[in-house]
Amino acid sequence: MAVINVERSSGEKQVVTATAGQSLMEALRSAGIDEVLAICGGCCSCATCHVYIDDTFLEHLPPLGATEDDLLDSLSDRTARSRLSCQIRLTEDLSGIVLRVAPEE
Amino acid sequence: MQSRQRGNMNNVDVLVVGAGHGGAQVAIAIRQRKFDGSILVVGDEPELPYERPPLSKEYFAREKSFEQMLIRPARFWEERHVMMALNTRVTSVDPIARTVDLDDGRTIRYNSLVWAAGGRARGLSCSGHTLKGVHSVRTRSDVDRIVGELPQTERVVVIGGGYVGLETAAAFVKLGKKVTLVEMLDRVLARVAGVSLSRFFEAEHRAHGVDIRLNTSVERLEGEDRVTGVRLGDNKVVPADLVIVGIGIIPAVEPLLKAGAMGANGVLVDEYCRTSLPQVFAIGDCAMHANIFASGAQLRLESVQNATEMANVAASVIAGQPQTYRAVPWFWSNQYDLRLQTIGLSIGHDREVLRGSMATRSFSVIYLKQNKVIALDCMNTTKDYVQGRALVVGGHAIQACRLADVTVPLKKLIEEVVA
Repeated sequence: MAVINVERSSGEKQVVTATAGQSLMEALRSAGIDEVLAICGGCCSCATCHVYIDDTFLEHLPPLGATEDDLLDSLSDRTARSRLSCQIRLTEDLSGIVLRVAPEE
Repeated sequence: MQSRQRGNMNNVDVLVVGAGHGGAQVAIAIRQRKFDGSILVVGDEPELPYERPPLSKEYFAREKSFEQMLIRPARFWEERHVMMALNTRVTSVDPIARTVDLDDGRTIRYNSLVWAAGGRARGLSCSGHTLKGVHSVRTRSDVDRIVGELPQTERVVVIGGGYVGLETAAAFVKLGKKVTLVEMLDRVLARVAGVSLSRFFEAEHRAHGVDIRLNTSVERLEGEDRVTGVRLGDNKVVPADLVIVGIGIIPAVEPLLKAGAMGANGVLVDEYCRTSLPQVFAIGDCAMHANIFASGAQLRLESVQNATEMANVAASVIAGQPQTYRAVPWFWSNQYDLRLQTIGLSIGHDREVLRGSMATRSFSVIYLKQNKVIALDCMNTTKDYVQGRALVVGGHAIQACRLADVTVPLKKLIEEVVA
C-alpha cells in the first residue's frame, strides 16, 4: 500500500492510500480527488490528470513518455514537475510521494 | 445538511437518469460545487457507473479488470450521499408534476431532472437477428457474453464499420480469430471521418487479415438456434460462430419526448443543456445541441468527453453557477498499434490535407472548410493533435501547402497567423 500526500487544487491537503497495482490517477480518482477528471480513463489520450510531483520523488518515477510529453505541451501551466498521473504506476518505493493537483485548464 | 436529510428515495432535489459517464459526472460535479441537495441516480444496468471505452479494448482483451473500470468505488457514492437505483428503468416523465415513474413501481418527485440515458445499441431487423451468438458491444454484460463464447468461436462477422466495429475487429484479430467486417456504405467510418482516413484504416485492417466487404448489405442471419453465418446482399454466405452488430445507437429519449420535450433523434438542448421542459436537462450521447464547432449545426456527439463536459455544464446550472457549453470536441480510438486522436469536427469539410505520409503510419489529416481548419485526425502523432487544437479554436485560414509541410510544426503556423 502506497501513501500519497496530495495538495488539492483548492489548497486543501489530503493523505490518500493506494492499493497495489493502481496508477496514481486511479488512486486519486478512487479517493474522490474529483478535480482530476481523467476523461480518457488512463490511456494517455488527453491531459486531464495533470499533477505536479515534488522534486524528491521526481527522479524515482518512470521516465516521461513521448506521448505524455506531447500531451503535457498542451497545458499552459506545465512545469518541470508536471506529469500525467495515469502514466505513473504506484509501487512500494513511491510510498510517501508528495504532489499537487494542477489547476483545471 | 438540511436538504440532504429531507431527500429520500421518492423525493429528491436532483434526479439523474442514466448511470454512464454523463450520469456519474453530473453527480460528481454537483457535489464538487458544494450543492448538498439530495441526488438519486437511476441506471438500467446492474453495475455502478463504469467506463465504456475499455469494453471494446482492454476489458475485451481481459487486460483490465472490471473494478479498474469503475468510475468511482462504491464507498465514494455513499460518502458523497449519491443514491443509486440500479437495474431500474424510467417508464414515464410528468413535467408538470415533476415526477418520474420507474419500472419497479415507484414514483420519484424531482426539482431538477438530468437525462443522461445515452442510447441503446441499434439492432438488426433482418431475419435471424435474435439468434444466439449475435451481440452488441455497448454494456459490460454484452462483452461478458462475448468473452464467454470465445472458446467455441473461430470465425467472427462484424457488421458495421464505425469505431466500435473497427475496435472490436482489432480485438478479435489479437485473439487469433478470423474476422470479416461488413459495411453497407462505400467506406468505413463514413459518418465520422474523411475518405483518406477511411482508406487508411481499411488497409490496416486488411493487412491484419480482416476481410472487409464494403458496399455490402446484410440479407439475413443464418442458423437455427445459434448463428452459423451471415447472408449478404450479394447472396454470398459468410460462415460465422459469432456476429457483432456495431451499427450505432438509438438515443434513449422516448419518455422525455412523450412528455413533450422537443427533439426527434435525441432531445434538443440549449447551451446550458436545458431541454424545452422546465428544470429538465439532457447531456451526453442523447443530447441534440447546436455545436459551435460545426457552425452551429444541430448534432449529437457520442463521446466520453462530450458526456463529461455537458455533465459539468448541467451541474453548474443546478448548483447556481451557470456556465455554457463551449468545449472543443475531441475523441480517441486505439486499434492494433494505432492511436488515433481527433480534435474538432470534420463534418461539412470541403477539403482534406494530408500532413505526413500514411506509409510511415504517423500522419495527420487536416480538414478544411472554406480554407479554415475545422478538425484534425491525428494518427500516432500526438504533437499535431496538441498543436492543432489552436488552429481549430481560432478557425484560422492557412494555406494547404503550409499545413502539409511536416518540417514546420503546427504551432509555428499559429504563431505566424497571430503575429
